Amino acid sequence: MRAAVLFLALAAATLLAAPCHAADPIKIGAIFSVTGPASFLGEPERNTALLLQDQINAAGGVLGGKIEVVIYDDESDVNKAVLAADKLVKKDRVAAIIGPSISGNTLAVMAKLDKADVPLVSCAAAEKITTPVNPWVFKTPQSDRHAVEKILEHAAAKGYKKIAVITVSDGYGQAGREVLKELVPARGFTLVADEVYGPKDTDMTAQLTKIKAQSPDAVICWGTNPGPAVIARGRVQLGLTVPLYMSHGVASKKFIELAGDAAEGLILPAGRLVVVEQLPDAHPQKALLKEYVADYEARFKTPVSSFGGYAYDALMLVVEAIKAGQSAKPADIRANIEKTTGYWATTGQFSFSAQDHNGLTKDAFEMVVIEKGDWKLVQ
Amino acid sequence: MTFSDYLQFLLSGLTVGSTYGLTALGFTIIFNTTGIVNFAQGEFVMLGGMLGVFFLSGLGLPLPLALLLAVLATLLIGALMERLTIRPVQDAPVINLVIVTIGVSILVRGIVQIVLGKDTHALPPFTGSAPVSIAGAAVQPQSLWVLCITCGLLLLLRHFFSRTLWGKAMLACAFDRKAAFLAGIGVRRMVLLSFMISAAVGATGGVILAPLTMTSYDVGIMLGLKGFAAAVLGGLGNPFGAALGGLILGVLESFAAGLLSSAYKDAFTFVILLLLLFCKPSGLFGRRGFERV
Repeated sequence: MRAAVLFLALAAATLLAAPCHAADPIKIGAIFSVTGPASFLGEPERNTALLLQDQINAAGGVLGGKIEVVIYDDESDVNKAVLAADKLVKKDRVAAIIGPSISGNTLAVMAKLDKADVPLVSCAAAEKITTPVNPWVFKTPQSDRHAVEKILEHAAAKGYKKIAVITVSDGYGQAGREVLKELVPARGFTLVADEVYGPKDTDMTAQLTKIKAQSPDAVICWGTNPGPAVIARGRVQLGLTVPLYMSHGVASKKFIELAGDAAEGLILPAGRLVVVEQLPDAHPQKALLKEYVADYEARFKTPVSSFGGYAYDALMLVVEAIKAGQSAKPADIRANIEKTTGYWATTGQFSFSAQDHNGLTKDAFEMVVIEKGDWKLVQ
Repeated sequence: MTFSDYLQFLLSGLTVGSTYGLTALGFTIIFNTTGIVNFAQGEFVMLGGMLGVFFLSGLGLPLPLALLLAVLATLLIGALMERLTIRPVQDAPVINLVIVTIGVSILVRGIVQIVLGKDTHALPPFTGSAPVSIAGAAVQPQSLWVLCITCGLLLLLRHFFSRTLWGKAMLACAFDRKAAFLAGIGVRRMVLLSFMISAAVGATGGVILAPLTMTSYDVGIMLGLKGFAAAVLGGLGNPFGAALGGLILGVLESFAAGLLSSAYKDAFTFVILLLLLFCKPSGLFGRRGFERV
C-alpha cells in the first residue's frame, strides 16, 4: 500500500515537474530488446530512435528545446522491461514511452504503468495491446488481423477454397493462429489442416506431409526466422506445389538468404519498406521511406529492416503530438496522439480515434512475391 | 495416410534423431572418463556450425577446408575449456564440475553472440539440395550424409572404447580415478583427451547439421537438452545407447507430430521418456546397478 502511495506521489510529481523544466530537453523514454532473442527487433529500433533524435535536434528540436530519448535495453526479458518502465517513470520522469519491442513485455509494462498516466506507444504487434483500448496505450505495428485479411483477399482473388495453416508455438505464431482460425472460415474458406511446430524445431516434414495429404489449395505459414525457412525447404523437398503464404514476420532479406532457392515464389504481406523502389513515385510513403533507408544505412552500415520503422513511427507520433498540442505534458501528448488522423509514417497511414489505438488498416501491407532472391510487388 | 507418408515420418524422425544422437555421443565420452555431465556439449555443436560459417563466408575458405578448420578449432576450444575451467577445480565434487560446465556454456554462447553475431546462418549442402525419393518419401541428400557420418562416428567410438588401450584407459579413469592412476594411467591426460574428442564429435555434428537445420549462437541450448535426454534414454555412458536413444527420440517426435498432434509432440515425447525411465531407471541400454564414481 505504501509503495502504491509512493508510486502515485512520484507519478504526480512527474506531472507537476514537467512544465517547471521547460528549458531542459523533453525526455522520451524507450524500452527496446536490444539484446537477447528479440534483438532482431530491438537493435534496429534503438538505432532508429537514436537517428531520429539527432535529426530532430539538428533541425531545431521541438517547442524550442531539444528532445532526449532515454533508451533502456530489456534484454528480451519481461522483468527487465517492467523495471525499465519503472525507472523511466520515477527516475527519468519521461513525458512518454516508446516500446517495448515484444508483445509479452508490452503487456507486462502496461499493467505496471496502469496508474502512472504516461502515454505508451508500443512497437509490438499483438492485438491484445490495443483491444480493448487502454486510453494510455497505442501501438505502431500492423496487427496480425491486417496481415491475415490481406492474405485472404489475395487467396479469394485466386479462387482458392481449401486452406491449411502451420504456425509456430510461440506468442507470435499462436496470436496469428487465433486470427487465422477465426477469419479463414469467416471469409468462406475451409480450414483443412491446423499444424503447429516449435520455435527451435529443425525439421517440419512431418507436419507438411500431413498437410500434403489433405491436398489444400494454399498453405499459410505463421512464424519468424528460422522456422519458416525450414518449412520453405521442406515444401520443396516434399514436392508440395500449392502456393505457400508467409506472414509479415519474415519480411527481411535474412529470410531469403536462409531459405535459398526454396524461397522462390513465396507470397507474403509486407510493409512498403522492402519494395520502396517499386512504389509509384506519387505514393505518399515513397519519399519518406527512401530518406529513412538512406539515412539509416549511411549511419549504421547495415541494411534497414521494417522493424526499425515501428520505432520511427512511435517516436514521430509522440513528437508530432507534442508539436500539435504545443505541450509536453503526458496527458496532452496522449490526447493529441489520439487526435492524429491521416498521418503517413513508415508503416502506413495512421488515423487514431478513441476506439482505435492502432490506427492502421490492412492497406498498411502490400502483397509481395519472392522472385530471383528479391521482393516483387504483386500488382 | 499411405505407406509413403509413414516412411516420410520415419525418415524425418531419423534425420532429427541423428542430431540428438550426435550430441548425446559427446555427452557419453566425457561422462565415461570423468563422470561429469558436460552441459557445454550443445555449445560444441553450435561452435562447429558457427565457426564453419565464419571460415566459409567470413574468410572465404573452400567448404571442406572451412569445415575441417571448424572441427579443429572446436577441438582446441574443448582442450582450453578443460585446462582453464575443469583442471583447476578437478578435486571438487562432480556436481560442482557440472555447474562449471553450465557456466562455460553461457560464456561461450555470450562470446559467439558478440563476435559472430546474433543472426541465423546456413551452410551450403555437401552434395546439392535436390531431394532424393525413396519409395515415395523425399529425403534431402544432406540427411543421408548426416546418417552415414553419425553411424561412422559411432562405430569408430565403439571400437575406440572397447578395443584400444587409450579407450580402455579412459574408461578406467571414470571407474576409479585412483586405481587407474596407480595402474600407471595418466589420468589428467585422459581427461584432457576426453574433452578434445567430445568437442570434435560435437563440432562434426555441428558442421554436418548446419546445411540442414541452420545454425545460430543459441542452437546449443535445445540440442544440449534433447541430446542429454537422448543420452539418458539410451543409458548414460553407452555410446551405442546414446546414438540409438537420439534416433528413438527423433522418430517418436516425428510420429507424434504426424499422427497425433504437432502441438503436443514435445510433451508426448517427454511423457514416453519419463515412463521409460520409471520402468528402467538406468536407461534402455545402461547396465543395471552399475555405479560410477
